[in-house]
Order: sequence, then structure tokens, then C-alpha cells
Amino acid sequence: MITKEYTITSAQGIHARPATTLIRLTKSYKSTISIKKNNKTVRLNSILNILSMAIKGGETISILIEGDDEIIAADALDHFFNEELKAL
Amino acid sequence: MKGIGVSPGIAIGRACVIKNNKAEVTGVLLKDEAEIAAHIHQFDNAVSLSVNEIEATKQNTDIVLHEEDIAILDTQIEFISDPQLRDDVVEKITTDKKNVNDALIATIANMVQLFQEMDDEYIKTRAADIQDIGNRILKHLTKSTPGFTQEFKPGTIIIAEDIAPSDTITMDTRNVAGFATQVGSKTSHTAIIAKAKGIPAVVGCGDNLATIKDNDIVILDGATGLVFINPEHQLIEEYTSKKDTYTSNSDKLKQLKDVRSVTTDGIEIKLLANISSADDLEDVFNNGGEGVGLLRTELLFMDRDSFPTEDEQFEFYKKVALQSKGKPVIVRTIDIGGDKQLPYFGLPAEQNPFLGYRAIRICLDRTDIFITQLKAILRASIFGDLKIMLPMISNIQEVREAKSIITQAKQKLLQANVTFNAAIEVGIMIEIPSAAITADILAKEVDFFSIGTNDLCQYTLAVDRMNAKISHLYDPFNPGVLRLINYVIQQAHQHNIHVAMCGEMASDPLATLLLIGMGLTEFSMSATAIPAIKDILINNDTIKAKDIYNKVMAIDNSDSIIQFLQENTV
Repeated sequence: MITKEYTITSAQGIHARPATTLIRLTKSYKSTISIKKNNKTVRLNSILNILSMAIKGGETISILIEGDDEIIAADALDHFFNEELKAL
Repeated sequence: MKGIGVSPGIAIGRACVIKNNKAEVTGVLLKDEAEIAAHIHQFDNAVSLSVNEIEATKQNTDIVLHEEDIAILDTQIEFISDPQLRDDVVEKITTDKKNVNDALIATIANMVQLFQEMDDEYIKTRAADIQDIGNRILKHLTKSTPGFTQEFKPGTIIIAEDIAPSDTITMDTRNVAGFATQVGSKTSHTAIIAKAKGIPAVVGCGDNLATIKDNDIVILDGATGLVFINPEHQLIEEYTSKKDTYTSNSDKLKQLKDVRSVTTDGIEIKLLANISSADDLEDVFNNGGEGVGLLRTELLFMDRDSFPTEDEQFEFYKKVALQSKGKPVIVRTIDIGGDKQLPYFGLPAEQNPFLGYRAIRICLDRTDIFITQLKAILRASIFGDLKIMLPMISNIQEVREAKSIITQAKQKLLQANVTFNAAIEVGIMIEIPSAAITADILAKEVDFFSIGTNDLCQYTLAVDRMNAKISHLYDPFNPGVLRLINYVIQQAHQHNIHVAMCGEMASDPLATLLLIGMGLTEFSMSATAIPAIKDILINNDTIKAKDIYNKVMAIDNSDSIIQFLQENTV
């Protein structure tokens, strides 16, 4: 399993649009991918669950990835949180 | 009547009132496993029909979809096919034996309530999306009339309790002049869509809006949030002329906003904005600004009883950094002094406040105040491209001293294990003549210059710019001032550092080509001034600018310089 920490770099945090992009991104991998904030963890396949975490800009979250393709999935998520998110 | 203006512009037209149909709970319970399986299947079927419907909207070439519309539709697909939503509905069907209609209504009601109770404005508004997708799936369960296909007469103003995201997108808005809704906020879909389509909108008007009937004449002002029902003739005339002015201005702005800021011979000119808080940023980007050339920090220190704490300051800078879309933001450190008093910081009245204890002079004396600000800026620097700018520099010792205090601030953060951008750029304002004249020396110590023409002009000419009696002497086109500015730009180029201008002169259309001719490529001004300056530079080339510069530098007095510029630039 791979665990990574990110600071959210978009002003509005993980709102509907980045959540949608994130779900679609994770769907393309076989690994089970979850997001964790404080003590709450949810699968990255439900927009309702992601939004209910109310992740704001500047907050720190962890991403947990487990599965055969976890290394390439982690790479893609790295790119999402470090690059793409700013523009969403 | 007054609501929240969410999409600027004025609409005058006739009302069309839209009512929502509410779904009802039937209370019918399921009898056996076969029925349960059938109802789960019905739900899955309604979900795929709903998704197909949205996909069809995306493919429909009759509707013009913007990137934002597509993003909203994609989000809706995710909401509709959400696994958590399905789990909850299936659970209610299998365990509570509810029929699919009731199970869905109950699930949606729970989720809406959950979102509404969240302590987050943005998430609260998303409750409307959930209600909307619930309605959409329900519609496919009961096979009632799909979609919003009403055709409107030209100049229609839509009046509704709220407008569902799906409706704002599928609605044929070509004839819609405006929206007014009873509920909603700045982040509701009506607001986002209306803004994207440039249709004036007022939301959150309250129950009074229900008094409007079809075909009532309505005026709405999407900037102030005012709504008038069946207004008098005089008011209609007044708003018609307001509307015309607004349209012609915004057309010009819109045309220029996305035009690249380059001269006709391909030289890129950066147009930045001077701002006082994160709230100003929206305006900056709407006017085509490419970043912030001057973030004044005085607002943080004024109108309060004590100095802001490091955390308070951090939040202020962080907000700006996060909302700056990765564009550069130059933060000017404290620029208070005798003329900008703070009630909690007893600065004695001075004979010559502009020549007195102010800005960097206070900071180097009261290093406690300075370090607090620097630490806050450094902490915020990981959230965007922040740079530090020191005002009122008159000699190189001040720069060195300030830089050593910046190093101290960094060390304190390192010791506390706080992350920051260690390579943050540090620049200075060039606004004191001695700094301008020693630009060759100062350029070796800093990452950038920003020319503050207001103070540079008053110090160079020995003219108090607040004194009306001598205001005619306050003149940035004085050959002495122009020579100083030119020298600073040349020295910056020679030493390969950035140079910008953030004073009034940067927004003076008369000076634009002259400054470009001097080699200036970064201008910072109030956001609303950007389009006018852009309009000049994109229609001219640097050869003409160089020619203007050469001729102006040969003229011996400012009256003739101004006359020459008027004849040759505008």
C-alpha cells in the first residue's frame, strides 16, 4: 500500500469539479484508492462521500492506494494534486 | 425588492414564473424478494436513463456548451451514478421494504439534510444539486415529461423559487434576459451559470418574489441585487440608459479580456494589478490581469485596536495566494507612517510625515513587528507565487539589513519545522531619488525593482502631492523624473533583474508607449485600468515606442512632452 500526504492548493478546496476529475481519474486504475482527512476515510469513488468531507484549500489530506497498479496510480494522483488541482 | 446580485448587468422584460413539481411519498411496501429485485432493477434503470439523458445533452449540437457547463454535467453524472447513493437506496428497498420511489425520496432527503447541516457554505449549497439529481432520477422512475423544453419570448425574465442545475443548462436561454430566484447564494448554480452566460441574475430575493405573476414587467439589476415589479415609466427609462452604458462597456472589456497582451511586433507586456485583499482578485482576472504587482498590506493593520497576530496575517496572505491561480503576487511589507496613522501604534505627529518615520524605517527599528509580518508571508508562500517587496528604500544598508531580518524569520520557521518557499524573491520599491540614482548598486542585491512613481515624483520634484496650491508642479512627465525612471529600467536590464512600475503612471494611457520604449515590460495598476492600457499596446509596436521614447527624451520641458504624447499616442 502507498500512502501520500498532500496540501490542497486550490482556493475552494475539493469542490464538485475537482472531485469529479478525481473520481474519473481513480476509476481508470484497478487499485482501491481512498482519501483520508483527520480520522475519516472514504473511497474515492463517491462524490457524495468526498464532498461530505468538506476539504478546504490549505488543508492536508492523505491518499491511500492499494492494488496491482498502485505505483502508476500514485504517479497520476501526484500529478493531480501537485499540478492539475490549482487550475480547477 | 432586494436580493443578492450574482451576475452583473441590467435586465428589463416580462416575467415568466416557473413552478417545480414536488414528488410524493406513496407509502406502499414491497411484499417479496421478487418485488425487491424488480425495484432495485428499476432504480438502476432510471439511473442509466438519467445518465444517458445528460450524455445526450452533452452531444446535442443545438445547445452551445461552455467548458464550465460540461464540467457541471460531468459532476451530475457522478452524483447520479454515485455508489453511496445506490447503497443507501438498495438498503431502504431491501431492509425497510420501501418501494423504489419512496426509497429514493427518503435517501435524497437524508443527504440534502446532511449537506445543509454542514458547517461549510459551499457544501451547503451543494444540497440543491442533490435534490436536483434526485428529481431527475425520480422523473425517469415515473416516466413523466423529461427535460426543460419551454420556449421563451424574447426579453423573458425567469422567476422561480430556485433553478435546478440541469434546467439552467438544458434551458434555451437565448431569449432569457435575466433570472430572479427566491433562494440561492453567490455559489448556487443559477449564479454560476448566469455569470458564465453573461445573463444578469439576482438570487435570494425571498418570498416576496412569489407575488410576481406571468407577464409582469420586471427590472433587475444583477450588480446591486435590486428587483422592481411593474415599475413606473421614468424608472424604466433610467434603467434603459444604464443598461446601454453597461453593455457598451462590458463588450469592450470582454473583447480584450482574453486577448494576449503583446505588441504588434510580438513583445509580451505583463499587465498586473494593485490590490488590497483577496476580494479584489476576481476583478483582476475579469479584467485580464496576469497577477498582482502590488499587494498593499495596510488594510490588515487599519481599522482595528491592536497589531494583527502572525496567524491573522498568515490567513490574509494565504487567502490571496490560494486565489491567485498560481500567478505572481508581490507583497509589499508595511507602508505605514505619519500620514497613515494606526490608533494602537502611537506614532507622534511629524512636521514632514512623508520624510519621516515610516515604512521600512519603522520595520528596521521595530524588528518585532517586521519579523511577524515576514513569518506570516513566508508561511503563506507555499500556497502561491508570493514575492516580498520592501518600500521606501533609500540606500543599500537598508536592503542588507532587511534581508538579514528575512533570513532570521526563515530560521525561526526552520526551527519550528514550518515549511515555506526558501527561494522567495525579494525586491524593492524605487520611490526615493537616491534609490533611483543608485539603481546600479541596488540591482546587485535584489531580485526585482518596482518603480513607485507617486512618491518618486513628489520626492524628485520636492512637491507635496497633498498640497493643492502646488499640484501643478506634481508632474511625472518632468524630464528629471523621466530620466530617473529610464535609468532604473536600463540598470535593471543590465543586471538581469525584473523591473515593473506600480504607480499611477503605469495606468496613464499617455505614458504607455513611452515606457515600453524605455524597455518596461511589466505594468501594475488598478484592475479596471488594465483593458484601456492593453488596448493601446496591442495596437502598437516597439519600434514606434522606441521612436516616441527617443523624441521625448530630446524635449526639454514637460508641457511639450505631454503635447507630443497626446499627438502621437492617443
